[in-house]
Amino acid sequence: MSPQAQGAYYVPHGTHWPILGSFGLIFTVGGAGMWMNEFEPGKYVMVLGIACLLSMMFGWFRTVIGESLGGMYTKQVDTSFRMGMMWFIFSEVMFFAAFFGALFYVRNLSIPWYGGVGDGSLTNFFLWKDFVPAWPTNGPDQVGGVFQTMPAWGVPLLNTLILLSSGVTITIAHHALRAGNRKHLLIWLGATVVLGALFLNFQAHEYIEAYTKLNLTLDTGIYGSTFFMLTGFHGLHVTLGTIMLTVIWFRCLKGHFTKDHHFAFEAVAWYWHFVDVVWLGLFIFVYVL
Amino acid sequence: MTTHAATHHDDHHDDKPHGFVHRWVFSTNHKDIGTLYLLFSFIMVCVGAAFSGVIRTELMKPGLQFVQPYFFNEMTTLHGLVMIFGAIMPGFVGLANWMIPLQIGAPDMALPRMNNWSFWILPFAFLLLLSTLFMPGGGPAGGWTMYPPLSIQGGDSVAFMVFAIHLMGISSIMGAINIIATILNMRAPGMDLLKMPLFTWAWLITAFLLIAVMPVLAGAVTMLLTDRYFGTSFFNAAGGGDPVMYQHIFWFFGHPEVYIMILPAFGIVSEIIPSFSGKPLFGYDAMVYATASIAFLSFIVWGHHMFTVGMPLGGELYFMFATMLIAIPTGVKVFNWVSTMWGGSLTFEAPMLWAISFVVLFTIGGFSGVMLALVPADFQYQDTYFVVAHFHYVLVTGALFSIIAAIYYWWPKWTGRMYNETWAKIHFWWSAVFINVLFFPQHFLGLAGMPRRIPDYNVAFADWNFVSTIGAYGMYLTPFMMFFILWHSKKHGAPAAARAWEGARGLEWTVPSPAPFHTFATPPVIRNEDLAHGDVSH
Amino acid sequence: MKAAGSMRSKLGLGLVLTAVAGAAHALAEPWQLNMTPGVTQISRDVYDIHMLGLWVCVGIGVVVFGAMIVAMFKFRKSKGAVPATWSHNTVAETIWTIIPILLLVAMAWPATKVMIKMAYTEKSDMTVKITGYQWKWGYDYINVGAKPYHVRFISRLDTRSDRTRELKSGLDPWAVKDKDGAGVERNTYLLDVDHPLVLPTDTKIRFVVTGDDVIHAWWVPQLGWKQDAIPGIINDQWTEIHEPGIYRGQCAELCGQDHAFMPIVVKVVAKADFTKWLDEQEATAVKANAPTATPVASAN
Ligand code: HEA
Ligand code: HEA
Ligand code: CUA
Ligand SMILES: [Cu+2]
Repeated sequence: MSPQAQGAYYVPHGTHWPILGSFGLIFTVGGAGMWMNEFEPGKYVMVLGIACLLSMMFGWFRTVIGESLGGMYTKQVDTSFRMGMMWFIFSEVMFFAAFFGALFYVRNLSIPWYGGVGDGSLTNFFLWKDFVPAWPTNGPDQVGGVFQTMPAWGVPLLNTLILLSSGVTITIAHHALRAGNRKHLLIWLGATVVLGALFLNFQAHEYIEAYTKLNLTLDTGIYGSTFFMLTGFHGLHVTLGTIMLTVIWFRCLKGHFTKDHHFAFEAVAWYWHFVDVVWLGLFIFVYVL
Repeated sequence: MTTHAATHHDDHHDDKPHGFVHRWVFSTNHKDIGTLYLLFSFIMVCVGAAFSGVIRTELMKPGLQFVQPYFFNEMTTLHGLVMIFGAIMPGFVGLANWMIPLQIGAPDMALPRMNNWSFWILPFAFLLLLSTLFMPGGGPAGGWTMYPPLSIQGGDSVAFMVFAIHLMGISSIMGAINIIATILNMRAPGMDLLKMPLFTWAWLITAFLLIAVMPVLAGAVTMLLTDRYFGTSFFNAAGGGDPVMYQHIFWFFGHPEVYIMILPAFGIVSEIIPSFSGKPLFGYDAMVYATASIAFLSFIVWGHHMFTVGMPLGGELYFMFATMLIAIPTGVKVFNWVSTMWGGSLTFEAPMLWAISFVVLFTIGGFSGVMLALVPADFQYQDTYFVVAHFHYVLVTGALFSIIAAIYYWWPKWTGRMYNETWAKIHFWWSAVFINVLFFPQHFLGLAGMPRRIPDYNVAFADWNFVSTIGAYGMYLTPFMMFFILWHSKKHGAPAAARAWEGARGLEWTVPSPAPFHTFATPPVIRNEDLAHGDVSH
Repeated sequence: MKAAGSMRSKLGLGLVLTAVAGAAHALAEPWQLNMTPGVTQISRDVYDIHMLGLWVCVGIGVVVFGAMIVAMFKFRKSKGAVPATWSHNTVAETIWTIIPILLLVAMAWPATKVMIKMAYTEKSDMTVKITGYQWKWGYDYINVGAKPYHVRFISRLDTRSDRTRELKSGLDPWAVKDKDGAGVERNTYLLDVDHPLVLPTDTKIRFVVTGDDVIHAWWVPQLGWKQDAIPGIINDQWTEIHEPGIYRGQCAELCGQDHAFMPIVVKVVAKADFTKWLDEQEATAVKANAPTATPVASAN
């Protein structure tokens, strides 16, 4: 909690990126909404929105990078960025918490109750007489039909190892950066990108298999719902993380970072570790248990 | 004082950007963005009040005279969403933007560009939400709590409602991150945490609550979305999901949310009462700790909204006890405010009047809250107008009154002009009378057995509903009064001194009125006698 | 605990207050101020908890607001009051932390006892299944004692109310009248149904409550509780009524456009008359071999 250091804090003079971002957001969700409600042209609106968002990010980050290289950021500005990133990651944690919470709630309370355990005896007797509580399940009405689950010890295990090692590689890269060893930095950071891409590739195959062979889909009752929402949102975050890593790799190539002034690198590293930890939770609670 | 601040307006910084768009749309200035938030909040209050006008007018007499039941439900739902996410929260964020940098001696918010975005998402979010009124199938009509399965029976509006809430969430989270970073990282040297004004303290804790629960709401509505459009079964028992689970997730957000709407109010009142009591706040540390413990407790009491869903006895007991505990720290605050007044030398300018009415009327709302926490009694109260009365006392005479108090308190600092004290007092007394005519009878209606969210009722409820509607009509004049008073002040008000109120303390009163476009470009030297709590020993 | 005692003594006062409000009737009264004590032991216990809470709050209110009023008159600057400088007082702060705790315990204790009582649905003499539909109620008589029944019917808003409640119907809500249990003409606008739920006196009745489409809530204030009717889930509650009569309530969970128009009417008759009525119904039900299946919660 460093009180404001002496000397002026950099306050930018106006910016047009946020308003562009707002238009991007409204087009994206508005278009998506129309599309979901069977109004086809909606998807073009959505694409337009995403385009706006991308150009916003591109422009916004370019400006910030410029200012950073221009040496306009004091230690204190750097601290603001760090706090911003940390609390952003915390909010992400809480977002996943909602879905993990849902998983725990149905597994430990709802399903047993439907099966007549404890307080559920009446529910079971009057509504779901011959439902036997078990996990995985697609509910008393077998919503989505008979299905199989993804064995934990195949691809998921492999993916776990991939992500864990990617956590190691990025740390090595960070040390290389601190040691000012650019060659190693680029190699290990590159390795991290490759591992991220590899993970996504396996994840994609897993989904295809689930849909085509296992009849495990979003519509497969509560199991399918929790499975795809948790792994899906995680996959989304890995995608984002991989893109961020790639950007950072090019910035390293351009030599944007110095031994002791490389917040962007660390931010991405934190984010990557967060994605990593979430996956461990997923592996344990979605696949193994 | 003035000279002290005048010494740091630095060269090119002070001239405002020219042109409407550059000044307001591209702004990175915490004062301008604060103003935008407050204007937005004012507009949303009027929209929400208009919706409530439809509600109260239909409820004036038994029988359906004006609107179809479904449209009535749309009004109720949007009234709740607009008032909570559009009026109260942006109102408080606006005040935070204006005052926190001034109170801690910071040049601006920590992340000025993001600050712009957190505001400029809001108008779009509400455009999206309100546009649903004109869509096939109409707007959302499942109540602001959006319980499934009902809420996903809605027409096309479901997707847009969910996305609108996502946008509001993004906006709140970015705003909260900015506030935390500002308070933790931008304080002038010597502004220790335990010297900070209570408004800043309250916001530090509120911001944490926001970051913790808005994502959970986002998760909950996302599950609604996929249940409605992508065939998931989160809230469908047949598929192994559970409708009650939605309520648990929603209220895990929902209860902290209601404290998000009251903690900043506590902060405001803790600033105003000492200023007009000529006496330092009683028990500053206790206030800080009380705020923190209320925030903590708010995470573990959500079940009190669900006493009738059939939770196991153990759960009901736990949530009853936990909920009742909150009365303790809140009581500490109330008693401290009273003790601050006790033995002071009180003056009764408009901000003080609003603050005092806050303490009284919020406490009444708190009392009904504690009654609601008594599970057996809640079996009768739940989903009746007793609940409606409860939350309007805490939200309207609590949160909203505190925002009005804050505006009257800091207006001279913002505009450099005083307002007409007499008119402000009339505005106050008018509101104080009619708000009680409006909401107090709703306690009786609830106890007599009138359910909430109904457009029509048995004739036994006719009389009190009529009274309540009269109260509402009285209240509808107040936004116009306030607008006129402030507009007149801006045009013709007497100039305000740097320290507009004799007893007011805190850094904000050391800069000239109106506060220059850029303040504290270089950190001020903190002098304890300038602070409200500088001299309190810890 | 001493505090608790004094609060209880105030309950008497509370009862007087409601007597004035005339809440003891089966229907709400114009200008009614307070909760009905209801017609069952449970509902009276609930009412006492409510009054206890009310008087505790009134008591604290008098102290807190009293202090504020005194301060506002005694410590006015205009009266030349000079501000004190103290801003701490450990003794006072401890007192106003302890006393509220005691008061809370004094409320939580009896509340807990009532909750335990209400939760005890075992040892019931009969079971009725209640199902909420958009926008009507379904009643199944499951069993009386050991004897299973197959009587089931739907209970809808009565036609007079239904016509009157149409938008701009021009019909007068005040004109919708009916005789109540005591044979007195009373307004039943939106509180009357075609087929009331018939129940016996002096019988512990267990209700199993569920919803068919969305969440509803079954609420008759005279019985002292409401219970959510949730699709896919069964909640249970119980009651034992000693006074024959007609008791009215409403759906208490937003369930769509006609949420206001699915009232509940419970007709309580002497045990003997009830058995007679139920057996007649059973006979016709079996003759028409009405489906005994209980509706399964549909996917949304
Ligand atoms: C600003 C918003 C706000 C605040 C501050 C509160 C504060 C409290 N609320 Fe309220 N509440 C809402 C907003 C708020 N509430 C809303 C919006 C709903 C309805 C949601 C919906 O369904 O739409 C609701 C609903 C609600 C319910 C559910 C009712 C139902 O649906 O059945 C309950 C039940 O326990 C409850 C309890 C409380 C309690 C115990 C407090 C406590 O924090 C109050 C504490 C304060 C005091 C007690 C007064 C001061 C204390 C003293 C003077 C000390 C001595 C006092 C005693 C010992 C009693 N609230
Ligand atoms: C803070 C939130 C807030 C506010 C201010 C209000 C204000 C009002 N509310 Fe509402 N209300 C809710 C939150 C709020 N409400 C919620 C959450 C619900 C539940 C919805 C649901 O069931 O789903 C609800 C439900 C609700 C109902 C029950 C509907 C039903 O169950 O069917 C009714 C009925 O009378 C009602 C009436 C009113 C009235 C007449 C006002 C009047 O408008 C009060 C008069 C106030 C004003 C006219 C504004 C004065 C403002 C100023 C003078 C300017 C201030 C300046 C700035 C903010 C910058 N409200
Ligand atoms: Cu059924 Cu409300
Ligand atoms: Cu709550």
